[in-house]
Amino acid sequence: MADPGGEREVRLVVNGVERVAAAEPRLLLSDFLRHRLGLTGTHVGCEHGVCGACTVLLDGEPVRSCLVFAVQAEGAELRTVEGLAGEDGELGPVQRAFHEAHGMQCGFCTPGFLISLTALLEERPGASEEELVDALSGNLCRCTGYANILAAARAARDQAAERA
Amino acid sequence: MSTIGVSVPRIEDERLLRGEGRFVDDLRLAGALEVAFLRSPHAHARIGAIDAAAALALPGVVAVIDGRETAAALEPMVFDIAKIVPEAVREATAPAVRVHPMPALPTERVTYVGQPVAMVVAESRYLAEDAVDLLAVEFEPLPAVVDAERALAPGAPRVETEWEDNEAISFAFERGDVDAAFAAAKVVVEESFRSHRQHPSPIETRGVAAGVDPQDGSLDVWSATQTPHLLRDFLARWLGRDPERIRVRAPDVGGAFGIKHSCYPEDLLIPFAALRLGRAVKWTEDRAEHLAAATQGRDQVHRIAVAADAAGRILAVRDHAVMNAGAFNLLGLVVPYNTFTHLLGPYDVGAFGFAMRVAVTNTAPVAPYRGAGRPEAVFAIERAIDRLARELGADPADVRARNLIGPEQMPYETGIVYRDGTDQVYDSGDYPELLRRAREVVERERFEAAATERRRIGVGYAIYTEGTGVGPFETARVRIEPTGRVKVLTGASSQGQGHRTTLAQLAAEALGVAVADVEVVGGDSAAVPSGFGTLASRTLVVAGNAVSEAAAAVRAQALEVAAGMLGAASYELEIEGGTIAVRGRPDATLPLGAVADFLTPFNPARPRGAPSELAAESVYRPGPVTWSAGVHVAVVAVDLPTGVVEVLRFVVAHDCGRVVNPAIVDGQIVGGVMQGIGGALHEEVLYDEDGQLRTGNFMDYVLPTAGETPEFELIHLDTPSPLNPLGVKGMGEGGAIGPPAAIAGAVEDALADLGVVVHRGPLGPSRVRDLIVAAAGG
Amino acid sequence: MKPASFDYHAPATLAEALELLGDDAVESRVLAGGQSLVPMMNFRLAVPEALVDLRRIEELRYLRTGADGALEVGARTTQAELLRDPAVAAGWPLLHAGVTHVGHPQVRSRGTVCGSLAHHDPHGELPALALALGATITVAGPDGRRRIAAEDFFVSFYEVALESGEMVVEARFPAPPAGSGWSFREIARRHGDFALVGVACLVAPAETRLVVFGAAERPLLLADPGEVAAAVRPLDDLHASAEYRRQVAVQLAGEALAEARERAGG
Repeated sequence: MADPGGEREVRLVVNGVERVAAAEPRLLLSDFLRHRLGLTGTHVGCEHGVCGACTVLLDGEPVRSCLVFAVQAEGAELRTVEGLAGEDGELGPVQRAFHEAHGMQCGFCTPGFLISLTALLEERPGASEEELVDALSGNLCRCTGYANILAAARAARDQAAERA
Repeated sequence: MSTIGVSVPRIEDERLLRGEGRFVDDLRLAGALEVAFLRSPHAHARIGAIDAAAALALPGVVAVIDGRETAAALEPMVFDIAKIVPEAVREATAPAVRVHPMPALPTERVTYVGQPVAMVVAESRYLAEDAVDLLAVEFEPLPAVVDAERALAPGAPRVETEWEDNEAISFAFERGDVDAAFAAAKVVVEESFRSHRQHPSPIETRGVAAGVDPQDGSLDVWSATQTPHLLRDFLARWLGRDPERIRVRAPDVGGAFGIKHSCYPEDLLIPFAALRLGRAVKWTEDRAEHLAAATQGRDQVHRIAVAADAAGRILAVRDHAVMNAGAFNLLGLVVPYNTFTHLLGPYDVGAFGFAMRVAVTNTAPVAPYRGAGRPEAVFAIERAIDRLARELGADPADVRARNLIGPEQMPYETGIVYRDGTDQVYDSGDYPELLRRAREVVERERFEAAATERRRIGVGYAIYTEGTGVGPFETARVRIEPTGRVKVLTGASSQGQGHRTTLAQLAAEALGVAVADVEVVGGDSAAVPSGFGTLASRTLVVAGNAVSEAAAAVRAQALEVAAGMLGAASYELEIEGGTIAVRGRPDATLPLGAVADFLTPFNPARPRGAPSELAAESVYRPGPVTWSAGVHVAVVAVDLPTGVVEVLRFVVAHDCGRVVNPAIVDGQIVGGVMQGIGGALHEEVLYDEDGQLRTGNFMDYVLPTAGETPEFELIHLDTPSPLNPLGVKGMGEGGAIGPPAAIAGAVEDALADLGVVVHRGPLGPSRVRDLIVAAAGG
Repeated sequence: MKPASFDYHAPATLAEALELLGDDAVESRVLAGGQSLVPMMNFRLAVPEALVDLRRIEELRYLRTGADGALEVGARTTQAELLRDPAVAAGWPLLHAGVTHVGHPQVRSRGTVCGSLAHHDPHGELPALALALGATITVAGPDGRRRIAAEDFFVSFYEVALESGEMVVEARFPAPPAGSGWSFREIARRHGDFALVGVACLVAPAETRLVVFGAAERPLLLADPGEVAAAVRPLDDLHASAEYRRQVAVQLAGEALAEARERAGG
């Protein structure tokens, strides 16, 4: 095999759009999204799988993109914060909830929280309090103290439950 | 309708929610190179040969820069503020302050783990890290000292070899007859309390990018900094360039809490490399670098004694404190002097003796972290008051109430000189009312109803004062565009505090326009010629009043021009919703933008000599600081067999003067409290005896999560400050000041029957079990 | 914090994977969920020459009940898939309850059951659960397959009874006998953290399996809480003292056994 550690093409679908870019095997999916595809809304906070800022949806499931190599996402369907707004361009319900509850300050960790909560509510629209906390406790926020994030999550859950 | 006191939804949010924020690492600079640092693996070592041949041979590596190169080009770094001691401070406390300059990259010795030693510039961060692994540096390890008290002991290894010992700062103060008060006291308590070392750790780490403008050779720098203008001025001096040929921008910044206030070696080295290589260069700190090499906070030990009469009236306080500054005394008196001026807080105490010694050690530098010396002071005094209450068999809240400064005593002179050299005077506030209101909503009974023999409930208090709105100044420029849009340019940058909204509210209020029509630009050294930045709970006070003044000046200007346009006197005009109207003449109106349009040079009818734009600038220089205050009450549960502490409820009664945006204020308070809870229960930076960092990742440095969030109850008492036109006080740090003391008090209260004394945190399950076992007699 | 270079293989069959792993000239590691391996690679604490990714091996992707009623978990099955399966919650409630304590949703979505067993963090939940449930771990290598009882599989910190060139292909959890009860308890610093110390307990009519974890270099299988204090060899680290882990292990063991007995009786 020629240069097995070298770059190869990675083809995947991000936010409904097929994207192709080169990646050597060691390129983290977080860096691939941010620096190869220019999708800088996904943030990087620790690169060892604790802070959750880099959370994206990979085939519908929330994953830490700093713990996935881009080559592992070949053929996958990804959703990032850039794909959360509605088709009409309006903010989605989870995004709106964070705005209305003042669930964000510096906004750096926010995309990860939005994705984690989206993943939960798409699977369990009527998620319990315990499930909300479980879904969000894998994301660190240093500004808000979480109270308003939890308030936003409850509001988004109530809306999702109503729609479901 | 006034927009002050209204929770206007944040203007900042939409971009951030869409993933369209622009943080330093999001910037795409054409052809940018990336940097990785070789950092010291030793706490203290002599640097020998550095062999970069293998690293340089790696394809994609552009340069390796070490101390030999930077020593020839860059003076060692030293900050003016570290050396400034106002005359009045000198007279009152006779401080001895020693500062040794910090080399951007050292040539002789490294003095803490994580100190940058060499930088690799490469085509990608991946390659740069590969090259760092190939750098061969000879280190000869030297004895290290980690603990401040040991560093001050005779014979300790010396951090700075040119000094005869490790003492960076010492000062002392006495007011009243302390010895006599102690001699006369009915009750004396004395204990040692430690505020352990913590890490601010915003979720965005540091980052710097720099490039040289090919058009004019000027230097563009983007930095995740709290102080873009200060960084510009610093770079101008250290790089020997005109400040006007340097532009520093702080784009979106992901939290700071003090850690992005200092100028770091990396802030200097990235622009240096960009100039040297003639290419854009970018460095994004990773979390391991951040935990090792960004500034840390706290790390003080207080030996505090309180003397009281039989009724619990405090007669005197004596406190001897030792602080660990880390490897460099970066900012001089800032933190230790804050501790001193905030120690007595809201209490009316006759005699006061204080002494502080600050040691350098072989650990990462310590600098302001949200609260900046105040949480340390509050932990010492509030813990001591809890001991006093226990000694007296009295309710700790009653003892506090007995000693508070009353509203009738305002303004209250403490007899202390503040760090800016002015007399420390509490300008306003009602501390007893704050305590009374807080006590009303503790709801202890609700939790005690669910208590069991093993799961104990405890309540703890902490009261603090906070000097806010320190100078020297902030700049604001307000301009009305011909479209009617209002642009506010300020030196204050934002790291998540919501200034774009709050400052827009102030401008909208002063001008009579809608908040939506105001755009606030901060964080760009090119926006206003001089500025200071966001730190020390100052922006609303200093930048807020600057914006308000500038907007009022523009308003006056607009009315004067409009008066001529409308054929009325300016005093007959009013502005509402961006429209100027003549009172009593409903037909005579003019959009504000039309006035700006009238002044443009394109208008042939504009009066000769009139200004060409509708704009005004204000440089607001505050006087002495204005004093916020708060009462924190923690309700905790302690599980005896496992030692697990759960914070169930946290009450904050708070006074930060006039509130502009209540939702933003509440957000700041809760965020600060949660950082305090993190420090109280989980977070601690640990070094081993050799100075190796033991908490170099987020598994070992344990930040709180949503799972640890208590219920909150916030109470506001808004006593306007008489010291500034808006009547506002700062409040960014207050939330973080009280929790360690309040939670320690609550844990002690829960374990009162065992006689547990909490001397330090964090109160993780293992430490709490140790306390329980020790108190139970093994 | 970027990983060093490595060769990457994503074979489509187990046979190909074993062939790659069997090449002694290359230091290869299996990449399943990557939730433990990739952080170590980002810190460059692990620098494998090659990774053999299981993502395309369909034959390892299953979660089923075998002929003998045991739960068979293929090497690609994630912890999230396990939690989503109602048969697991109904038939192996201890396993289900314990796995909810593994990390966070973003970890469980990638992390595999077999990967956690092979990684063997002695503070991790899955090794303890495997031991409590009397699981068998099937490994495959150049010399074929063999089955290893959980009792024999976990050797020491991050060390298991895998030979060079072998990998875990399946974990089998026998169905708990009728009338058994269970309990799972752990103390962690934060929601989702590795346990400071924990206990997994299965009380069956014929046997009590009490497993203490986070208190030695591997999970310990004991018959009675009275044995805990003497059996544990806890670590002293920055999160908790050895003495703490000893005391709390004793406490949790007592609580867990009582709860499991109660569930068995009810």
